[in-house]
Amino acid sequence: MPSSSLTAYPLRPARVHEACGPSAASFALWTAALTGGDVIWVREGWRSEQLNPLGFQGLDPARLILAQTGDQNDTLAVGEEALRDGAAPFVVLELTAPIGLTTGRRLQLAARAGGTTGLCLIPEGMGSNAAETRWHCNPVFDAQDSTRQRWSLIKNKSGTCEAWNVRWDPEAHRVAVVSPVRE
Amino acid sequence: MFDGTQRRIVSLWFPRFASDRVLRAHPQEGPFVLTLQQGNANRVHCLNEAAQARGLQRGMAFADARAFCPDLSSRPADPAEDQRFLALLRRWATRWCPWVGFEGPDGLVLDITGSAHLFGGEAAMIASLTARLTRAGLAVEAGTGGTRGAAWARARYGAGGPLDSLPIAALRLDPETVTGLQRMGLRSIGQVAASPRAPLARRFGAELLLRLDQALGTRPEQISPEAEPPHYAVRLTLPEPIGRTADVMAGTARLLERLCGKLTDHQTGARVLCLSLRRVDGDFRAVELRLARPLRDPARILPLFERGVDEVDAGFGIDQMRLEAVTVEPLPVEQIAQTGTRDPGRLDDLITRIGTRIGLENVIRYLPADSHIPEQAFTIAPAAFSSPGNGWASPRPRPVWLFPPEPLAVTGPRPPRQFVWRRMTLTTGRATGPERISPEWWLIDEAWQSGMRDYWQVETVQGRRLWLFYTPQNPGWFVQGEFA
Repeated sequence: MPSSSLTAYPLRPARVHEACGPSAASFALWTAALTGGDVIWVREGWRSEQLNPLGFQGLDPARLILAQTGDQNDTLAVGEEALRDGAAPFVVLELTAPIGLTTGRRLQLAARAGGTTGLCLIPEGMGSNAAETRWHCNPVFDAQDSTRQRWSLIKNKSGTCEAWNVRWDPEAHRVAVVSPVRE
Repeated sequence: MFDGTQRRIVSLWFPRFASDRVLRAHPQEGPFVLTLQQGNANRVHCLNEAAQARGLQRGMAFADARAFCPDLSSRPADPAEDQRFLALLRRWATRWCPWVGFEGPDGLVLDITGSAHLFGGEAAMIASLTARLTRAGLAVEAGTGGTRGAAWARARYGAGGPLDSLPIAALRLDPETVTGLQRMGLRSIGQVAASPRAPLARRFGAELLLRLDQALGTRPEQISPEAEPPHYAVRLTLPEPIGRTADVMAGTARLLERLCGKLTDHQTGARVLCLSLRRVDGDFRAVELRLARPLRDPARILPLFERGVDEVDAGFGIDQMRLEAVTVEPLPVEQIAQTGTRDPGRLDDLITRIGTRIGLENVIRYLPADSHIPEQAFTIAPAAFSSPGNGWASPRPRPVWLFPPEPLAVTGPRPPRQFVWRRMTLTTGRATGPERISPEWWLIDEAWQSGMRDYWQVETVQGRRLWLFYTPQNPGWFVQGEFA
């Protein structure tokens, strides 16, 4: 029986977290909207999928700065730089290949030095052990609501793993937990 | 203190300035003209001596000129480049005297009062000046006089002889006045000077008398020397070569201190900086720094150099450092605000540092654009050269991800009940739509060749929410985006 409030959310600041699954982008945007301040989003420039600022839920596109890199090495370097600097309180890194423990730890240290929250969007099953939490985000069909998602906390360094059904509440500008419908 | 009669002015006139400049760079024989588009006609802007000898003249239609002279070669004129070249000549001419100004688009004026003796007298100085210019390939006429007007007249209408005998056109008058004076029978400056002033002023206005007085020296005329453009480069030469990063950074700090002082004096900020390091073996290493916004604070610029300096191979050591602000932008002094806790410059510094790795043009920001076409409803701009845009509003929900349309193997104008996308079999739970979007006919877009589109927001039972469209004019279904 899932609880009515998210345990490891909002994300623990000054740490790097991970999100995977089809709705990972939403997870990043919603979290960025709640964090406040500028957001730096690092992704590889060659990818055919493009972010559409008109589709952002919660986050004002004016707060987003996108860094388009050539490969994963650049992504990690730019991400570490941004995390360590702390000028933007939230940094999103889109990764395409698994990263090792050393790399993950480096990002973690950079986030701690800059007081910045980092979020790596990873392909499924490619997480790094250094991550503070890992979330699997799936959209859920609902007859009334088109923002409903299922967030499963699949790794948590300082707590238990759980899963919640959530939706974005545009009036309150927050993530709301909804109780699952009993079948 | 000099009064007007003791001044000595040299006027330089380059009769074929534009064509001489081009011929210096691209030497060629035979008649040559520069053409300039004026209105609908292509006209002769400037021509060389050979073309003049064939009877061509300025202002004639280029087609006529070619008919007169079939072996004529030509190039388009570039007045802006001519201006730049004249500015270079002006700067060069300050070797003779400090007061050098422009005289029209093809002349210079030098106030050589008190400097001619340094070059062996006035005649020797003029001879040397014209010889140097002629050797550089520029036809030049020099005239000297006690006033600017007299020098101008002698440069263009004969260097020798008294001023009185020169034609009235030498008074820098407009053509109508010249014609009018000639109709009155006044042909030389002497004749005009001798005639009664009041009727002349009544008939031709004050301009004529002003020019006459300026030529004769009864009314003063200034020469405005151009201010030297500020030079944003500093250099540090070292007695012993250095090689450690910390040493180079310390040298850079010294250079920055001086450069930023200069930038502050002129209320400008550097946008692109170039640090060139000369090694002992004569080789140069350059570190370029592109800034996300104009800066002149040494404490903020210095750390940004660290990465570039660290990568430089010092070889056997560096014995000279030169720091130049390649691109400079105005940066007015700002009032120090008492409110505002966050420093907006921090983010710019971060953008600069990211930009040094991946290129400043790859750090971008989204700006709203006015279009119904989903992929053109926003533009991207380098974050360093733009400010955040407002007015993000979409009347209909739009997907977070956009990708090139992926075809679906289904038919019919209604959204499919079941379809296969990316090897996933998906069942439609709810479809919202259609939202019809027509291509913008005034823009040619390859992707919209298939005509208008009916967009559907399809929520599948499996969870994925997709943005599908149907093209009624060329029946087919495509997936173009995903609502996350």
